[in-house]
Amino acid sequence: MSLYIPKHTTVEQDEWQSLKAFTAARIALGRTGVAIPLKEALQFKLAHAHARDAVYAALQEKELMQALQLFHLPIFSLCSKANGRHEYLQRPDLGRQLSEPSIKQLTGKKPNGDIALILADGLSATAINNHALRLLQLLIPLLQQANFLLTPISIVQQGRVAIGDEIGSLLQAKIALVLIGERPGLSSPDSMGAYITFQPTVGLTDESRNCISNIRPEGLNYHAAAMKIFYFINQSLRLKISGVNLKDEMDLLT
Amino acid sequence: MPYHFTIKSQRYVFDDLKTLLAKATPFRSGDALAGLTASSYEERVAAQIALADLPLKTFLNEVVVPYETDEITRLIIEEHDAGAFAPISHFTVGELRDWLLSDAANTNTLEELADGLTPEMVAAVCKLMRNQDLILVAQKCEVVTQFRNTIGLHGNLSTRLQPNHPTDDAKGIAASIVDGLLYGSGDAVIGINPATDSPAAVANLLNMLDGLISKFNIPTQSCVLAHVTTTLQLINQNAPVDLVFQSIGGTEQTNRSFGISLSLLDEVYEAALSLERGTVGDNLMYFETGQGSSLSANAHHGVDQQTCEARAYAVARRYSPMLVNSVVGFIGPEYLYDGKQIIRAALEDHFCAKLLGLPMGVDICYTNHAEADQDDMDSLLTLLGVAGCNFIMGVPGADDIMLNYQSTSFHDALYLRKVLDKKPSPEFEAWLLKQQIMDGDGNRLPIHAEHFLLNEF
Repeated sequence: MSLYIPKHTTVEQDEWQSLKAFTAARIALGRTGVAIPLKEALQFKLAHAHARDAVYAALQEKELMQALQLFHLPIFSLCSKANGRHEYLQRPDLGRQLSEPSIKQLTGKKPNGDIALILADGLSATAINNHALRLLQLLIPLLQQANFLLTPISIVQQGRVAIGDEIGSLLQAKIALVLIGERPGLSSPDSMGAYITFQPTVGLTDESRNCISNIRPEGLNYHAAAMKIFYFINQSLRLKISGVNLKDEMDLLT
Repeated sequence: MPYHFTIKSQRYVFDDLKTLLAKATPFRSGDALAGLTASSYEERVAAQIALADLPLKTFLNEVVVPYETDEITRLIIEEHDAGAFAPISHFTVGELRDWLLSDAANTNTLEELADGLTPEMVAAVCKLMRNQDLILVAQKCEVVTQFRNTIGLHGNLSTRLQPNHPTDDAKGIAASIVDGLLYGSGDAVIGINPATDSPAAVANLLNMLDGLISKFNIPTQSCVLAHVTTTLQLINQNAPVDLVFQSIGGTEQTNRSFGISLSLLDEVYEAALSLERGTVGDNLMYFETGQGSSLSANAHHGVDQQTCEARAYAVARRYSPMLVNSVVGFIGPEYLYDGKQIIRAALEDHFCAKLLGLPMGVDICYTNHAEADQDDMDSLLTLLGVAGCNFIMGVPGADDIMLNYQSTSFHDALYLRKVLDKKPSPEFEAWLLKQQIMDGDGNRLPIHAEHFLLNEF
């Protein structure tokens, strides 16, 4: 009996590599038997590892607070009612509410601002760690040049989008702008979202907000994102609405 | 009516049927989020013991969502077939479980029984069954549907080719379709989730799919998974609509959150039938479901998520659909936390739908914030293959770059066919053989750069 062991790889490449030019989908992977070749399987695993690490990443709060000093705005460090990541993932309701100490921090302040800036970890603190500062460096000057008053900046741990309603309402802001880490995809572990809510009040739902998604250099870049957010804030304050009734007609202006 | 059971000196009381069902449900995060779970392991088993003794007739007299305000409840009661139910009408839920597992329950008897069962009966018995029970009974069921090919025969495993693209780029989508076809995928349907629901964009995709299927003479059907209102509009404009897609839920209010009602589904179903595009049959609806949608829409009425899910199957079976699948792990960890919960839910959904007579497939999937990975999906894939699942998804490399979640790859389907000796739909298999893509043993043949499918590019 003899066992045939090939000297070279058993992996059969697919003859249609050129099709990869048309899509980022994982096509033309080749095969060994009916299985995906190891090289591709490990690439997939690595992408999943990045996404998982992003879900469990923590906000680099100290570094963020230090860097945000350049805007000369007070900064609050807040957290939601969710204790830790496991509870956060299973109880979205708790991630939408401020903890008692955080409420105390905001109560009794005498804010006078139009726009509450809120940074929340969401499902990818990596997104905020990587992109929030660089977006704000473009956005805050735009808002200041337009003479909008900014409230203190809030940094929120274990936060969901709707926590901006409670913060915005306590700060009596006309608009809450929440920058938050989006659910990581395999090819986008650090995608940031921006949510704009006019007259933030506890109990609002998603149809009351405008969302700008996929903010990262490989997606919607910082400049385009800042312009889009600035546009929505202007329109929202002018029309006194946000959400499904506030349409994106920015392209019509250019 | 309250139900109760006493263990030692502890008397457990369950205020009504929906509470009994909820407390008897194996633990999952969504029911905890809704505040419906048993408060201890003991209470859960007490509920299961009480549920086992409940006569099946109870479900015809006590509803879990009010009849007056919910059209799904009315549908369930009004469509119930007393004749089909008669042979088991004396059973308790527990006796039904034992009978289902017995040799007396075979493919024929289960088919005859389907219209005599209500979703709540099936959900109830499911809560008393272990995973292997769910697999064994589902495997006995055979639900066959036809449009341009035949799906669901015993020994077959089909796939929905899912070639999504983040901007609906036609060439990008076509590249994924060709890749899938060359890996033997796409017999259940070639189905695109469009990035935008605009009628013009959806019409473009429908025309592209229709062109591909006609040009290569592929015995399969297409679908662009737009909202039914969009599809209805396109049918009226004579767009080439094969299968009509819609997400559905198990309460009227859930469906309202999806922007649909039974009368709207009736209208689009009739419109699609009038196109007469099927060649071997006229099953043409395609429904997606998933545990947690009612809670997510704030429309669960205190009913556990597995029972809500089973009620969605009452909606589905009204339209003799071609395909139904649960998108089990897509909804996220606040509803199904980890691999264990996703696997259990998928086996439940598949079992309940099959018992109710539906052509059930499963999107074996997870998101990156769930405690799950490819190993969990491999386990579930294998279990569902054994259970006789009609179809699974085929996504390039298991990575959906538009919806940002992981499903099953083209390779996964070939694995399952190989280890379980399964075949694609017979018409589609004949096409694969003719095009020299696969051999009769399910092995991929070497494909040369001159293969005519590649001429498209």
